[in-house]
Amino acid sequence: MKVSNVVKDNFREDKLPHIWCPGCGHGILMHAIARAVSNKGLDRDKVVVVSGIGCSSRAPGYMNFNTLHTTHGRALAFATGIKMSQPDLHVIVITGDGDAAAIGGNHLIHACRRNIDLTTIVFNNNIYGMTGGQYSPTTPTNDYGTTAPYGNIDKTFDLCDLAKAAGATYVARSTAYHARIIEKLIENGLDNKGFSFIEGISVCPTYYGRKNKKGNAVDMMKSLKEDTIDIRIAKKKPELAEGKMLIGEFHNSEEEEYTARYDKIIDLFEKE
Amino acid sequence: MSASQKLHINKDWCKGCGICVEFCPKDVLQLKDGKIDIKAEDKCIQCRQCEILCPDFAIFLGGDEE
Ligand SMILES: Cc1ncc(C[n+]2csc(CCOP(=O)(O)OP(=O)(O)O)c2C)c(N)n1
Ligand code: SF4
Ligand code: SF4
Ligand code: SF4
Repeated sequence: MKVSNVVKDNFREDKLPHIWCPGCGHGILMHAIARAVSNKGLDRDKVVVVSGIGCSSRAPGYMNFNTLHTTHGRALAFATGIKMSQPDLHVIVITGDGDAAAIGGNHLIHACRRNIDLTTIVFNNNIYGMTGGQYSPTTPTNDYGTTAPYGNIDKTFDLCDLAKAAGATYVARSTAYHARIIEKLIENGLDNKGFSFIEGISVCPTYYGRKNKKGNAVDMMKSLKEDTIDIRIAKKKPELAEGKMLIGEFHNSEEEEYTARYDKIIDLFEKE
Repeated sequence: MSASQKLHINKDWCKGCGICVEFCPKDVLQLKDGKIDIKAEDKCIQCRQCEILCPDFAIFLGGDEE
């Protein structure tokens, strides 16, 4: 069967089509990651893609690299182990909002704090998709989930703010609609020698969409276009940003990376 | 990249979400019996919007051999 070059180079064709629902944004984000890896010309044998559990976390099963599908919330713990043992590998983590910020929240803050060289992409669909639409830490306040039939009373979590505050050296957000932009942000994340956190806003028409009357996949994609604004524009014209989600690059700094710091300690040992 | 690449569809992978149809800037595409269908290839400007927005990799320009 004829497939695109991106698919031929990056995916396990025999595992496609994937199991995601029609119009699920996860497929768009997964494609953007593949393009970013291709654009960077990384040695494929040195790329490792790690995930936890969730619809989003199924991505590595389709991707033709060294891949590891781990346990719920623990992708970053496994990825940290891989990177520590073989720092020359390019380790990419794919995780969901539930996987990364609920059960895996502690791993996330410590990976940020250590500034370990991992590129993490969160597929944020504002819900637990795989298990049937329970609210997640990123479900907006008052929105509905199967476990919030009268509306979510929690304050929604801004994961980019969290990552930045915890010490990640590259922090950015874009959406499945802005597929070219997120591709570029992922490339920047791969370039950063340190912990890169890229939030990809996804769409889950099946659960989040249906529970919250957001329309079909096309309607939800249009909302991603209309309800977001680039941070550079928002800074210049704050009046345009009202009620919109900020997207773009939020933070980019240079700090010593964790495995490099560890190597220094090992050197000290060896001199003794 | 060659000047003109052929638009390919893979109906087996298409789940009929309509995203490519909606966001194609030139109204080249349509859904037919719930699957992607090329309506007016001559209007295609090869922007690849359909390719990068299709969640199922079911539409693309060029591809292997080309
Ligand atoms: C230890 C453990 N607790 C709970 C579950 C059930 N579980 C599977 S996926 C999931 C949430 C997935 O949500 P998210 O990470 O946002 O991914 P999505 O499916 O929305 O892409 C949960 C709670 C599990 N597999 N393991
Ligand atoms: S349940 Fe939601 S997140 Fe999971 S595959 Fe379906 S649309 Fe995607
Ligand atoms: S390449 Fe652009 S113009 Fe051509 S079909 Fe796709 S979206 Fe439409
Ligand atoms: S975006 Fe892909 S899956 Fe959706 S209708 Fe178009 S070709 Fe089919």
